Amino acid sequence: MATTWRFLNSSKLVMIAALMLLTVMLGAVLGPELSPWNGEDMDWDSLEASPSMSHWFGTDLVGRDLFVRTMQGARVSFTVAFIAVTVSLTIGIPWGAVAGLMGGRTDQLMMRIVDGIYCLPGILIVILLVVLFGRNQYLLFAALGAISWLTIARIVRGQTLRLRNAPFIDAARCMGLSTSHILLRHVIPNVAGPIIIYTTLAIPGVILAESFISFLGLGIQEPDTSWGVLVSDGTQAMESSPWLLIFPGSCLAITIWCFNTLGDRLRDHLDHRDKRTA
Amino acid sequence: MTHYIFKRLLFAFITFFVIVSVVFFMLRLAPGGPFDGERRMPPAIEANLKAAYDLDAPLVVQYVKFLAKLAQGDLGPSFKQKDFTVNELIAAGLPVSATLGLTAMAGAIVLGLSIGITAGLRPGSTLDGLLMAASNLNIAVPTIVAAPLMVLLFSVVLSWFPAGGADTAWHFVLPSIALAIPLSGDIARLMRGSIAEVSYEPHVMTAHAKGLKMPRIVYRHMLPIASMPLITYLGPAMAGLLTGSVLVEQIFDLPGIGRYYIQGALNRDYTLVMGVTIVYSFAILTFNLAVDIAYGFIDPRIRVAGP
Repeated sequence: MATTWRFLNSSKLVMIAALMLLTVMLGAVLGPELSPWNGEDMDWDSLEASPSMSHWFGTDLVGRDLFVRTMQGARVSFTVAFIAVTVSLTIGIPWGAVAGLMGGRTDQLMMRIVDGIYCLPGILIVILLVVLFGRNQYLLFAALGAISWLTIARIVRGQTLRLRNAPFIDAARCMGLSTSHILLRHVIPNVAGPIIIYTTLAIPGVILAESFISFLGLGIQEPDTSWGVLVSDGTQAMESSPWLLIFPGSCLAITIWCFNTLGDRLRDHLDHRDKRTA
Repeated sequence: MTHYIFKRLLFAFITFFVIVSVVFFMLRLAPGGPFDGERRMPPAIEANLKAAYDLDAPLVVQYVKFLAKLAQGDLGPSFKQKDFTVNELIAAGLPVSATLGLTAMAGAIVLGLSIGITAGLRPGSTLDGLLMAASNLNIAVPTIVAAPLMVLLFSVVLSWFPAGGADTAWHFVLPSIALAIPLSGDIARLMRGSIAEVSYEPHVMTAHAKGLKMPRIVYRHMLPIASMPLITYLGPAMAGLLTGSVLVEQIFDLPGIGRYYIQGALNRDYTLVMGVTIVYSFAILTFNLAVDIAYGFIDPRIRVAGP
């Protein structure tokens, strides 16, 4: 807790990013409950209305409240972040740790596979999967996780290689502990720092990917919504009612910026080696 | 060095083969065939159609036939656009996509390098702060928001550029910028870090002590080392650029192969999607191979020992 507080206080930028992110998160959780409207009701008296006291972000072409819909989009974005990151950690951590600890040919083979997938256009593969196997949003989220575990695997492997010959790992081996025990109890806790950093930096990637796919009309479907869908609708109407593009677009950009900034600063904060250039 | 190049070539070939096979089986195993329409077809017609597209043979036979045709560069007929082969469609779209991608890549490198070097030479200065804030903004504002705003501002309000199509060079300016901006932000951040780091190296200090001029120090003594991370990054950057081009082609209405990809994915045009995926993977793998070989030439450690 104390460490977290020290990190938040380390610069104004970190504090600003954390507060903004907290605001968006609160909006996602409470927003739809606070507003008198719900995302599907059409207000026939104010079609395509500009922002006002009643409709805080205005309304869309069929009179649905944009504030509520934007906050529902935020829920989608945070859900995708949570599911995709869980999937990518579940694959990436064991993959990297096993490769690093085993070494030799196993390591070579496992890392070649990572290299191979690394140079593929992952989002296009996800599009293919979603189109072929049905537009299930949880399938979409999991598929996004399945393409974003590569960096985590590389980081964990690098850290594990560094630890492999450390005296305390040798000691654990001498005591006859099993490989899985060494992995779980001695290796993974020691690579937690870099994992947290790269998880923070991976989140904006999956949020962007989801909005990208939904923007193309291949992800979340009406009447459900996400920032990608809202931005896409906003683009259609941007000449007559620019707020339809500006509000969801800004929420998306702000969220991405917050995660990127927090991840970067966290890296500088935890990695004392790079203090010089930070 | 020959050994190293041979190893990379083999790796690229295996990767290509695996990608092609995975996509082939994924498309064939997916539920729903290409001819499942609203109305059921008479069985005789459906059988004939399947025979015409080799869909009646066992999966393994289809696979072998497909590989044999692919080896000759034949991607087969399009399932949905009956009068065209996939080769014809790709031949029509590829020049547009390639122009877009190469212009964007060149623009991103030039812009990213200039910003990164300028900022990295004076870390902590006001200029550095401003340039990095701008780069972070370039990364944070997603293309799906930035590109439509660019159309609104430069095409609709100011009418400086046409809003869609690919008839003249002017049509490529906005799409290339939209595609290059996020990439240039990444490159700038990468270069800033490595330039700032390399400026503390002893050999750079020596160059300063000898009284060399700044441009020469940057160009001869700092850039070769500082650009190593950039070269490694170019491979994944290329994959990102391809993905982005699908989106940019959609927004700016450019008739490139990215549009065929989305269209094919939506109509279950198996052969078209396969064809575009193959072209994309081929482009990425070739590019990565070139990057790896360039890396080998630049870094003497690899030239001697291999990675």
